[in-house]
Amino acid sequence: MTYHPGQRVRVADRAHDGHHRTPGYVKGKTGTVERAYASFTNPETRAYGDDGLPQQPLYLVGFAQRDVWPDYPGASRDRIYLDLFEHWLEDAE
Amino acid sequence: MERSVHDRGGWPDDAPIDRSEHELADWELLIDALVGALGSHRLMNVDELRRGIESMPPDQYERASYYERWLFSIEANMTEKGVLAPGELDTRIGG
Repeated sequence: MTYHPGQRVRVADRAHDGHHRTPGYVKGKTGTVERAYASFTNPETRAYGDDGLPQQPLYLVGFAQRDVWPDYPGASRDRIYLDLFEHWLEDAE
Repeated sequence: MERSVHDRGGWPDDAPIDRSEHELADWELLIDALVGALGSHRLMNVDELRRGIESMPPDQYERASYYERWLFSIEANMTEKGVLAPGELDTRIGG
């Protein structure tokens, strides 16, 4: 696991032609690693009949809602959490 | 950045979210069971199911209900793998 809880990370702002589990609304946004889960088979290749190996590290990443939604009307402490694979993350520290 | 039809978190939309519940029809329960059976027989995993849904033509995706999308993906995946011949389901249903 490259990243550790508390570390600031940015989600890669890139297109991906095919199945992936990184929603567009969070691409390019910066958040904080909350939990380093473990490594799992890669859905981006499993979706095409592959075995998904090598396994990819998966993290729980938290973002301030106001960082994700420019017009967010709620409290500044509100957060949104996503499970994101390591190859979608960049060091933002 | 262009986003696929399924990747819609944050899309501007004035229509209120339909939060109503409905009883599942028998065919919807069967579709759910079919995906479970295909998984346990290693014929289709959940990522292939998702990929099939995401590759639907956008206008069909918009018109389809939740389990209609699953059915579309099952047919696409099974046709790719040769379990179904192209058009086989339509032929059987029509015949």
